[in-house]
Amino acid sequence: MQVPAPFGYERATSVDHAIQLLEQLGPEARLVAGGHSFIPMMKLRLAQPEHVIDINPLAAELGTISIDGSDLVIGAMARHNDLLGSAVVGEHFPVLHDAERVIADPVVRNRGTIGGSLCQADPAEDLSAALSALHATAVIRGSGGTRTVAVRELHTGPYETVVGDAEMLTHIRVPIRNGCGSAYEKVERRVGDWAIAAAAAAVWMDGGIISDAGIGLCAVGAEHFVSTDAEAVLRGQAPSDDVIAAAAAAAAAGCNPTTDQRGPAEYKRHLAGELTARALRRAIARAQGAAA
Amino acid sequence: MSHDHHNSVSVTVTVNGEQRTAEAEGRTLLVHFLRDTLGLTGTHWGCDTSNCGVCVVAVDGVPMKSCTVLAAMVDGCEVTTVEGLEGPDGLHPIQEGFIECHGLQCGYCTPGMMITAKWLLEQNPDPSEHEIRDGLSGQLCRCTGYHNIVEAVRFAADKLNNKEVSA
Repeated sequence: MQVPAPFGYERATSVDHAIQLLEQLGPEARLVAGGHSFIPMMKLRLAQPEHVIDINPLAAELGTISIDGSDLVIGAMARHNDLLGSAVVGEHFPVLHDAERVIADPVVRNRGTIGGSLCQADPAEDLSAALSALHATAVIRGSGGTRTVAVRELHTGPYETVVGDAEMLTHIRVPIRNGCGSAYEKVERRVGDWAIAAAAAAVWMDGGIISDAGIGLCAVGAEHFVSTDAEAVLRGQAPSDDVIAAAAAAAAAGCNPTTDQRGPAEYKRHLAGELTARALRRAIARAQGAAA
Repeated sequence: MSHDHHNSVSVTVTVNGEQRTAEAEGRTLLVHFLRDTLGLTGTHWGCDTSNCGVCVVAVDGVPMKSCTVLAAMVDGCEVTTVEGLEGPDGLHPIQEGFIECHGLQCGYCTPGMMITAKWLLEQNPDPSEHEIRDGLSGQLCRCTGYHNIVEAVRFAADKLNNKEVSA
């Protein structure tokens, strides 16, 4: 029987209360939201917190998905199925629906949260790549106030983020800009598994030119889940097979996959390039469809 | 600060319509709370890694894998297990479907399958074969090859839809 090691259980009743508990209980306390990554890690003793602070009572406060000004705002406690079921998300950022369809399975998606996924910082976490491609920002709250960090600056390494011991991620903000198209491509060993490799592409078209781009890479050791080289190749160009191929080559060259049970490094590097190209073709088509 | 790591939490849940209160350790998983503390052994316990889905129960109507939920997390919630599917009029159409279509052999996955299938039909009363297979993709069955499970869910969908028409 696998159960977590003993811990002190606390239940937060508001964001302020959660932060207060984090300050009071110290650095060996951890927030748990859906728990679908964290509880398995506790069972394996890969995580052994002294205190667990349950933030599920904040689901109403932090579980909404809405438009605020020119941003899509996703509450950290939104469940994966909330994101997948949101029409406004699909309208503006289909890359998020593409990614959610291939994250785990429908029952896991009922429970796992967007904020929990990002803070888990698994190197194969799909939304880290997708939201990085969209140039999203993370809103982080502590007792001293609120700060924002680009999602592509959130992760400092496997299972590590810039969120401090007594801080919590409360929202993700995704800027809505005209002419956007986006898509996600993933290869996994079986339905619902972690990626062997995956790529997220976002383009912003202006007068037939790619004015801005985001390329996210998942599970291939890309620094901060992105390929800034591929983005630089795309910016200022009219979309063409040659431009897409050059961006894909840059994405493949810049990642750093490792050989493991999911496949050899060179296979993953090949996937990083090919999936970048496929995601870009769909993202560009969607941007052109949106502009038409 | 001293802290009792074995702190127990009082958990009150409405299980299959009946309010139950019991003490649990903070680390107690919902599947063990249901089976060992409340004696509801219809919910099965399988892979322990949120892959197989035999432990699925509905919390406030939404199916989740109870091996990966702390009992303390569902304090104040309504939980439906397989024991709660049968109504005053007899078996739930999902249960009838599994019998009529031979949707089980060993039966280990069946409680979780039926809880998720019920939710699936609440979301989508007339699902295609693909939608049923996708909806149940978080549950593993090693006996049936899934064919008869899909048939069982379709049986239940047809029965529920006819009921609505005649009602």
